[in-house]
Amino acid sequence: MLIYVLRALVKMAVTLLVIVTLVFFATRLSGNPVDFVLGDGISREDRELLIAYYGLDATIGSQYWRYLVSVFSGEFGLSFLERRPVSQIVFERAWPSLKLLLSAISFTLIVSVPLGILAAIYRTSIIGSVVMVIAFLGYAVPAFIIGILLVLIFGYTLNWLPVIGDGSALHFIMPTLAISGMLVAAITRFTRNAMLDVLSQDYMRTARAKGLPEWVVILKHGLRNASITLLSVIGLQIAGLAASGSVVVEAIFAWPGIGDLLVRSAILRDYPVLQFAVLSVAIVVIVINAAVDIAYAYADPRIRLAKG
Amino acid sequence: MSGPVLAVEDLRISFGTHEAVKGLSFEIHARETLALVGESGSGKSATALAILRLIEREGGTIRSGRILLADGDANQDLRQLDDAQLTRLRGNAISMVFQEPMTSLNPVLKIGDQVAEVFIRHRGLSRRDALKAAQETLDQVRIPEPARRLDQYPHELSGGLRQRVMIAMALACRPRLLICDEPTTALDVTTQAEILSLIRSLQAEIGMGVLFITHDMGVVAEMADRVVVLRHGEKIEEAAVEDLFARPQAAYSKKLMAATPKLGTGSSTRAAGTNMVLEVDGLSTRFASKAGLFSKTSQGVLAVNGVSIKVARGETLGLVGESGCGKSTLARSILRLIEPESGTVLLDGKHLTGSSKAELRQSRKEAQMIFQDPYASLNPRLPVHELITEPARIHGLVSRKDQKELAAQLVARVGLETDAIHRFAHQFSGGQRQRLCIARALSVEPKLIVADEAVSALDVSIARQITDLMLELQARDGLAFLFISHDIAVVERVSHRIAVMYRGEIVETGPAGQLLAAPRHAYTRRLLSAVPSGIPVRSRKQAPRVFAEDAPVSLSA
Repeated sequence: MLIYVLRALVKMAVTLLVIVTLVFFATRLSGNPVDFVLGDGISREDRELLIAYYGLDATIGSQYWRYLVSVFSGEFGLSFLERRPVSQIVFERAWPSLKLLLSAISFTLIVSVPLGILAAIYRTSIIGSVVMVIAFLGYAVPAFIIGILLVLIFGYTLNWLPVIGDGSALHFIMPTLAISGMLVAAITRFTRNAMLDVLSQDYMRTARAKGLPEWVVILKHGLRNASITLLSVIGLQIAGLAASGSVVVEAIFAWPGIGDLLVRSAILRDYPVLQFAVLSVAIVVIVINAAVDIAYAYADPRIRLAKG
Repeated sequence: MSGPVLAVEDLRISFGTHEAVKGLSFEIHARETLALVGESGSGKSATALAILRLIEREGGTIRSGRILLADGDANQDLRQLDDAQLTRLRGNAISMVFQEPMTSLNPVLKIGDQVAEVFIRHRGLSRRDALKAAQETLDQVRIPEPARRLDQYPHELSGGLRQRVMIAMALACRPRLLICDEPTTALDVTTQAEILSLIRSLQAEIGMGVLFITHDMGVVAEMADRVVVLRHGEKIEEAAVEDLFARPQAAYSKKLMAATPKLGTGSSTRAAGTNMVLEVDGLSTRFASKAGLFSKTSQGVLAVNGVSIKVARGETLGLVGESGCGKSTLARSILRLIEPESGTVLLDGKHLTGSSKAELRQSRKEAQMIFQDPYASLNPRLPVHELITEPARIHGLVSRKDQKELAAQLVARVGLETDAIHRFAHQFSGGQRQRLCIARALSVEPKLIVADEAVSALDVSIARQITDLMLELQARDGLAFLFISHDIAVVERVSHRIAVMYRGEIVETGPAGQLLAAPRHAYTRRLLSAVPSGIPVRSRKQAPRVFAEDAPVSLSA
């Protein structure tokens, strides 16, 4: 088990290095920030001076090296625009995003896993069909449509829920629903398929032959096994959500999150902020993946015991 | 003696429109073992699941009949009970042991929890007491180190041990009726003998009635007091076991008895040639244990250890040994499907070991393989004429336009109709599929066919037809066979010589008759003593005592 965890962690570190590198080169594809920040009304000498000040005149190699050194010493630089440490800017934004993410994940799991199980058990009856139709609908409607519809109904027409910001618990309801829509649909379908797979296994028959009531058979013997397949899917979906899924929804509800920050800093070519924000998201994704790997081993003794 | 523990009256089960069981009646008394015998599709398993009322879950329906379980002086009709009443009976008054110990235990739950569950459910014990009881039960089914097993997962246990765990679970609440559905079919002979003797002794101890389902007449002779022969869902014959073996009445029973291979009936082979087709010398194959993150590759396991065997033209060498002894690895190493570590393989005078990829591909047409599972080893998307001529196409022996002609010749050689070549694999039965596998092997005119458990998954009468076909092909074309099986009686029938494999090494080789009559190695003797004799136990003086597994036999006989 220990070796397995170590292996997951080493894999994580390597991925991180690759991402740090990619982020550096990718952010430099969009042009020179000096042009954008200062515009046209600047003398040639001042321009040269600024470029030298920011270190943008060095070769790409030495810029990369300086970047690496500062990344590993925890020095991510100042925002070109706000002149504050980027870590401070990003962390301010990270917490609201994380709260929204957690709220969406909890909602998704609470709704979709039971739905998926029901759909699997009643696959031949009307219940299963209804669940699957709803799931397909959710899959087909993008988050921004759900978001706008919610705003229209509960914000504009009924005036029940606040639309802008993250001030209270009520503020969470609509963004959570908007983000979860597709996720609920996806995970309901995966839960159903994983359960269908498990329901036909021999050990389920053994469990019934032992005289266990049906709900114990389904939840203890069935779901434990289905969760192995589910874990990897849920991990992927959550990681995808953390990476990009909430950008649009955050924009709709003016959520002071990291998605909004990413978009703005990319448009303004605020390299340090953009770099650090992308890195933070990447780190979250990698951590989620490593956590899923480890959870996977916890759920499946065959993996745990085979690899350490 | 009081009335029967279980009485089944006029049971009818159907799957959709297909009627699987047609008015079956039988009774089982306490301390009695009733064997339900028949080939696949005869409705044996459907009957078993119907008694537990689990058949509905498999898509079946009980159309009519009564299933009466003795309950004190009264009888309960299991068909009238509701779900709650049924869960109280299952695993408590009636329990079942299934065929596949590999898949019948939950892979993510500890053994201890799975056994304890029964005590918690039916005896209302706390988890701690239930685990203690589970340990005692594991001890009762003679599982070594029961305390350690509680914390193990199913995949850490051998097939035999897993089946013992299944039996422990089934017998935990001392049921009145135990249903065993082919409990030893997936196990090798030595393990089978242990499991059978375990069931017998626990029956004597607990006194339950046993419904024993099997297709193996050898196992019937070991276990049964009475036998019901089933065919297409109908009872063909019911008799005491001695009577059935001495004087089978129905024609089908006679056929079933005749098809069952019995040890000591001799070999049906013709004289073999003298030219060596296969010469294997000092072949070793190592399975490297996976390298850890910080550790170098460790030594690994020698799955095949210095094996030397020879097969002549027109000869069959039978390779026997229990599962996990390295038989299949040896076969694959010979054809270099797995890379051996050392040793040489000469196929028809040409070196297979050390040859280049291209040369190896050329040589492979001299040796073809037939696998155990005829369902998994045929591509379901190819029509038969492409399927069975594919090797010939790969080796450039046949042009596209001659393909169908070759296919027609091949299916004729394996005894199938010519129009079979336009069909697909799923349209054939298991036996017919295995014929197709043989036809495919024959398409490149090989010198040697390696048959890896080629008849183990088939019903006895079908298996007999397939081995007959192999003998016929050998007599006509001088084919050499390496016939791998754990079923010694089958091996005896088809083999000129037999090699016995134990823990990666060949412990004994010799002419079939001689080796079986006078085994020299201790392991061979143990293997032979485990084979069901086909003589009903009740007709014998004393059942042979078989010791628990994992008692290793010294390799230096």
